[in-house]
Amino acid sequence: MKAPDLHALEGMVLDGDEPVFNEPWEAQAFAMTVALHKKGTFTWEEWARALSSEIHSGEARDYYDHWLTALEKLAATKNLTTPGALKTREQEWHQAAARTPHGKAIEL
Amino acid sequence: MSGGHKNNHRHDHDHGDHSHLSDMDARIRALESLLVEKGYIESAAVDEIVELYETKIGPRNGAHVVAKAWTEPEFEKWLREDATAAIHSLGYTSRQGEHMVAVFNSEDTHHMVVCTLCSCYPWSVLGLPPTWYKSPPYRSRSVIDPRGVLKEFGTVIPENTAVEVHDSTAETRYLVIPQQPAGTENWTAEQLQKLITRNSMIGTSFALTPEQVK
Repeated sequence: MKAPDLHALEGMVLDGDEPVFNEPWEAQAFAMTVALHKKGTFTWEEWARALSSEIHSGEARDYYDHWLTALEKLAATKNLTTPGALKTREQEWHQAAARTPHGKAIEL
Repeated sequence: MSGGHKNNHRHDHDHGDHSHLSDMDARIRALESLLVEKGYIESAAVDEIVELYETKIGPRNGAHVVAKAWTEPEFEKWLREDATAAIHSLGYTSRQGEHMVAVFNSEDTHHMVVCTLCSCYPWSVLGLPPTWYKSPPYRSRSVIDPRGVLKEFGTVIPENTAVEVHDSTAETRYLVIPQQPAGTENWTAEQLQKLITRNSMIGTSFALTPEQVK
């Protein structure tokens, strides 16, 4: 399987020839997208369209915020999950963090 | 153990010591955990991709800080007294606004940094944490046998140099200022930056020597 063509993505921040992340979750969002694409869940063209539509949504968000929003929506479109399930799980992670002492891995 | 670790224990007794996830962090965990449970992706595969890309990112901001400290005594002094302000003056701020402490390696003392959570990592200065940094064995073994762990990184600390291990907390994050390699006294800050690796700012290795970057 060849690597996805990152240049096909609008607004991709490349340093030399590699994407640049500002925070760990951005790398996680990026890597999950590449992993789903590798599994054939969607084509890179489908992904580029989903991302582009977020970038042009008029919402003022950071690049990877657009990225994660596009990935959440595409995952729902492909019936991998639902917005409701995501919302519930997100709350569960916040609750898990709140009961986890510092230095321990956060687990659901 | 260093004072940093003692501080951590003090914090264990106050409520602020519990973990906190940013909204984006919680969203990404929500999506990943759901997709992993349903078998659409595997965590290991995702980590592998992260690892591949994180090594390409490079801790450029931190290298900037270190090279400036090496070449400008005034900045070095500021960094020792108030690392948070000195680092912020270069435009590197994190959204959590945590306290930064710069620890300076010398002939007498070698510093290294550990933490079990990537949320305690000063990513605004060092980029993404390496995956081993989050692993429990790295942290626990560094505390018990720092010299042994350093040796595995190929870093041999002279017997008469003390090793201090600092435990990052949600409130305090450490930046190791490696020793400037010999023979680089006349180098510009820009040239010096090439010698400063991420691992040298975690303290698992030394800055590169001029021979290593030739």
